[in-house]
Amino acid sequence: MGLFSKTVAYLRDHLGKTRRKITSSLGSLLTLGRAIDEDLLDELEATLIADDIGVATTERLMEDLRAAYKSRKIAKSEDILPFLKERMKEYWPARDRELHAAESGPTVILVAGINGSGKTTSIAKLAYALSRDGRKVIVAACDTFRAAAVEQLSIWADRIGVQIVKHQMGADPGAVAYDACEAALARGADYLILDTAGRLHTQKPLMDELAKIRSVAARKIPGAPHEVLLVVDATTGQNAIQQAKVFTEAIEVTGIFLAKLDGTARGGIVIAIKDMLDIPVKFVGLGETPEDIAAFDPDEFVEALFA
Amino acid sequence: MYKWGGDPKRAGAARRFFHRVWNDKCFQRKKLRRKGRVLFDALTDKFSGIFRSLSGRGRITEANVSDAMREVRKALLEADVNYQVVKQFCKDCLDAAMGAEVIKSLHPGQVMVKIVHDELVRLMGPVDTRIYFVSPGPTVILLAGLQGSGKTTTAAKLGRYIRAKGRNPVLVADDLQRPAAIDQLETLGQQSGIPVYTDRIQDAVKVARDGVRYAKQNGHDVVILDTAGRLHIDEEMMQQIADVAKTVTPHQIYLVCDAMTGQDAVNSAKAFNERLELDGVILTKLDGDARGGAALSVKAVTGKPIKFVGLGEKLDAIEEFHPDRMAGRILGMGDVVTLVEKAQEQFDADEAAKLQAKMAKGTFGFDDFLKQMEAVKKMGGMGGMLKLLPGIGSQLKNMEIDEREIDQMRGIVHSMTAEERRDPDIIDASRRRRIARGCGRSVQDVAGLVKTFRRSRDMMQSLSSGGMGGFKSLLSGKTDLFGAMASGRVPKIKQRSKRKRAPRRKGNKRRR
Repeated sequence: MGLFSKTVAYLRDHLGKTRRKITSSLGSLLTLGRAIDEDLLDELEATLIADDIGVATTERLMEDLRAAYKSRKIAKSEDILPFLKERMKEYWPARDRELHAAESGPTVILVAGINGSGKTTSIAKLAYALSRDGRKVIVAACDTFRAAAVEQLSIWADRIGVQIVKHQMGADPGAVAYDACEAALARGADYLILDTAGRLHTQKPLMDELAKIRSVAARKIPGAPHEVLLVVDATTGQNAIQQAKVFTEAIEVTGIFLAKLDGTARGGIVIAIKDMLDIPVKFVGLGETPEDIAAFDPDEFVEALFA
Repeated sequence: MYKWGGDPKRAGAARRFFHRVWNDKCFQRKKLRRKGRVLFDALTDKFSGIFRSLSGRGRITEANVSDAMREVRKALLEADVNYQVVKQFCKDCLDAAMGAEVIKSLHPGQVMVKIVHDELVRLMGPVDTRIYFVSPGPTVILLAGLQGSGKTTTAAKLGRYIRAKGRNPVLVADDLQRPAAIDQLETLGQQSGIPVYTDRIQDAVKVARDGVRYAKQNGHDVVILDTAGRLHIDEEMMQQIADVAKTVTPHQIYLVCDAMTGQDAVNSAKAFNERLELDGVILTKLDGDARGGAALSVKAVTGKPIKFVGLGEKLDAIEEFHPDRMAGRILGMGDVVTLVEKAQEQFDADEAAKLQAKMAKGTFGFDDFLKQMEAVKKMGGMGGMLKLLPGIGSQLKNMEIDEREIDQMRGIVHSMTAEERRDPDIIDASRRRRIARGCGRSVQDVAGLVKTFRRSRDMMQSLSSGGMGGFKSLLSGKTDLFGAMASGRVPKIKQRSKRKRAPRRKGNKRRR
């Protein structure tokens, strides 16, 4: 997908910055010629866990590593990194990372996530990237709950020059979604992006509400939502697995938008999510401006993880 | 049948003699049997003890809790406690627990989990959730944190919390970065009826300064500054918040931290703490199911207490922090902790029952006396807790037992023979002299201790005859006694009847 090719270099720059900020142990760990022993494996495990990859997935990776060592696929410490990188890249085949599109009519993208994960900013980025590519984008402010959420999206829509469908604060989000679908059909939009209120996955009524938004869109536009993105904060720990699980049960998440990857957190949790729930990452967010978005590149990501 | 010299008159005497011997033998045998049973019980106890220590279950060693520690480590990591913190914490716990006694019904691993739990509580506490207001005001509170951690919502919650304490706060919208952040705070201010100072310019330092001035002019005694979310590695933004802090010199700076934060929590917390000298942490989104290991990480790297927790989107969903609840949540081994607590209670009850039985039987000796004294010493830590109970506080004034005092008593007791310890009534002047020589104390000291012991035994016996209730009230009696002993005087307690105070011989166990 040529849409984000420009930003890949940006991602590299950004992650490079992150990389230098952190005094990483792996580089110094896997020095040339060091023998593979338990100490080394322990330290390796520590690094993986420190990346939020999680205990279970880390254990699995370590088992693979040990097996490879036993079968003499790897012999020296400098072989470890390429092996792990290869192993992780296998998680993300290319087909997984494309944005699904409708065969005809508007493509509906439903965006959800917990409070403060960065949904609205991520939507602005996505809308900006799509509209810059010459697509007609409409955003819908289905977050009618949080104070000034509608204003926030309106300001973004103004700035990046896309249309917005909104209701009053406190309106029914399902009704907003309905109107937005009608508007998308009537105005011949290419993409409709639905912004929803942040909600903790533990709140059943709010999850039901989300499912309702989804079914409203599905009824109005066949095949919608074509893409359901869960916005995950890169600093989130193991709870993200639970989030992904419950959100998937409610609205069938098709991809992850990994936000706030410009900090020191490397978002290793998406490896655990992919490992356990098979949900691919599609985009990463790298800052506060609309340009700060990149298509997820597993090579870059894994390189950054071990940098 | 046998004959006794053919004298029929003596046959009866022979029979009587025979019977006496026979009965005596039976009696002896019965006695032996009883003694044997006691001996056997004691042996079983001993053997099971030896077995436990041989199998390494009697005390905590690195080996017998290694499985449990692996579980603990995993639990902590899965709760997102930082890897380095986990490593250090587990090591500290293990060092502290080494050699700790394991109660019979428990596995060392279980006891270890309880120790870890208690250590978690200790590490995250004690919590001081007071907000220190300054006079003359206004007290300035600055909220800082990463994007999306919940600063704006927390600002409004904190405003309500402070107003409920009888203050008159104002919120200052100093987040000039995020679109509609000012509108959000204004809306929240309207909802909660707390005034909001806003100025739609791009100078965060000026807004903060003007906000504080506004508060002074309008009689607000608390200013809550809501700042923009920022990355700890964003040099420009970090400099900006440092400038804000320099300009308005906040009295309290809180870091707002998302409870779901993973391993990276240490990095951001450390960076914020270096730039801002935090006073505390507010942990948000705890109404979710995140285990919240970030709490421990942040506390460990900054040393700053967690003051409040956010528990939902409603504006009253703010609570003071409870380390015990948080410890249970992070560790997630609540069932084991409860089990150990129950077993310990049971153990204490068993010990108490044993002691009571001994007292009732009158076999209460110096060894038990010493054991009890040490138990009371151990309770020194509990003293503070007991003081909180209504009515008990004043009685516990002389609860403080001098450690050296107990050491001296132990010295005296240890220079007694086993027999003397079991039955102190045999201690006469000659034995007193020997004991005094043995422990390097004066004869008077020895006599004083024996006297005190007798009195306490008498008192306990009279108490224990009153059943469990009497046993419970023993605490206060003991306290008086020990307090007086510690001060070196033998207490004048109520005179008992001559019969009760009469010296008893060994084996005279009938008296109740």
